[in-house]
Amino acid sequence: MDRAPSALELRVRALEALLTEKGYIDPAALDVLIDAYQTKIGPRNGAQVVARAWVHPEFRRWLLQDATAAIASLGFAGRQGEHMVAVENTPDVHNMVVCTLCSCYPWSVLGLPPTWYKSAPYRARAVRDPRGVLQEFGVELPQTTQIRIWDSTAEVRYLVLPQRPAGAEHLSEHELANLVTRDSMIGTGLPKSP
Amino acid sequence: MTYRSHADLGGQDVPAAIVQEPEGEYFHAPWEPRVMALVVAMGPTGMSNIDMNRSARETLPNYRDLSYYEIWLAALEKLASQSGVRGDAPPPPKRVLHADTVLAAIKKGSPTSRPASTLARFAAGNRVRTAAAQAEHHTRLPGYARGKVGVIDMVHGVHVFPDTNAHGLGESPQWLYTVRFDARELWGESARAPSSIVSVDAFEPYLEPA
Repeated sequence: MDRAPSALELRVRALEALLTEKGYIDPAALDVLIDAYQTKIGPRNGAQVVARAWVHPEFRRWLLQDATAAIASLGFAGRQGEHMVAVENTPDVHNMVVCTLCSCYPWSVLGLPPTWYKSAPYRARAVRDPRGVLQEFGVELPQTTQIRIWDSTAEVRYLVLPQRPAGAEHLSEHELANLVTRDSMIGTGLPKSP
Repeated sequence: MTYRSHADLGGQDVPAAIVQEPEGEYFHAPWEPRVMALVVAMGPTGMSNIDMNRSARETLPNYRDLSYYEIWLAALEKLASQSGVRGDAPPPPKRVLHADTVLAAIKKGSPTSRPASTLARFAAGNRVRTAAAQAEHHTRLPGYARGKVGVIDMVHGVHVFPDTNAHGLGESPQWLYTVRFDARELWGESARAPSSIVSVDAFEPYLEPA
């Protein structure tokens, strides 16, 4: 059923028409971009990186030393992942990533950020009340675990390497990747249990 | 004229709940993917750079009332006007993305690292104090980390300096560091997670030895 376009839709159409008419935009390129970020570039990329690091100690070392190169070796590179750093969770340290100034996020491995990541409550509270934020996400950590918050204020992009869940020793790399959630790679969640 | 960013939210009192979202749910209105794609596709045209985009967004007076893709849309409209793209004699685009070049362009990205022409002033482990004054221009030192003492954690090489690049004053590349702070240094003795560590990525001009 047809419905009347919203004021925002009309503004977007007008801007796209203008930029197309002036020769800046090829609308067919927009279709390919949207498809890429809906079907090809998303958190399943990052999950493959994490599972590989869980299974292969040498890849883990490489990832922690030179994340940009290690991640590129799996085919994930480029826009908003040009300068990657991987930070590893341990029993003693839990890492969490935020961009308090805008919405910086590692697109090459996690795709487009969820709305909450770009929203005022998360950006305001992640740096000041990380335990409260984690509680909202249902994550309770021991008081002895230190929380380390990475505010992405430049062009370095951070990927959290979560701890491998217990009881997952028998799983294949592919099965392990299915345990890795988007939130566990931002640091607001933990991987699923097997 | 005073420069005012409405986007510097770290540490502010924003009590609203964080609304969680399932993986794979990227858009919430039919126009949103179009805005995302327009912003990405305008990158190679040279109409603006990423720092100009961020500056155009953070200075929207109604920033806090808009959804994120509304912010992107309003800033793109503003930049199209300011750059003359809307006018009678628009500057020619540097490069236009076409359907068959998009994926290669995404994969290539736009690295901001530049060759170093100076030695780094700081090394990992050095104590530094961040600039205390509020900048009268686009900057990437968040308010909560101004005038604080921290420790250099990582040295990332030399990168494009947003403070100049956002205002068309050139890339003026600078050394970039990760600086870590104790929560107590940032929030005082009443810090809600006193043992936590917060780090920011800070350009050398933001830092002095401490």
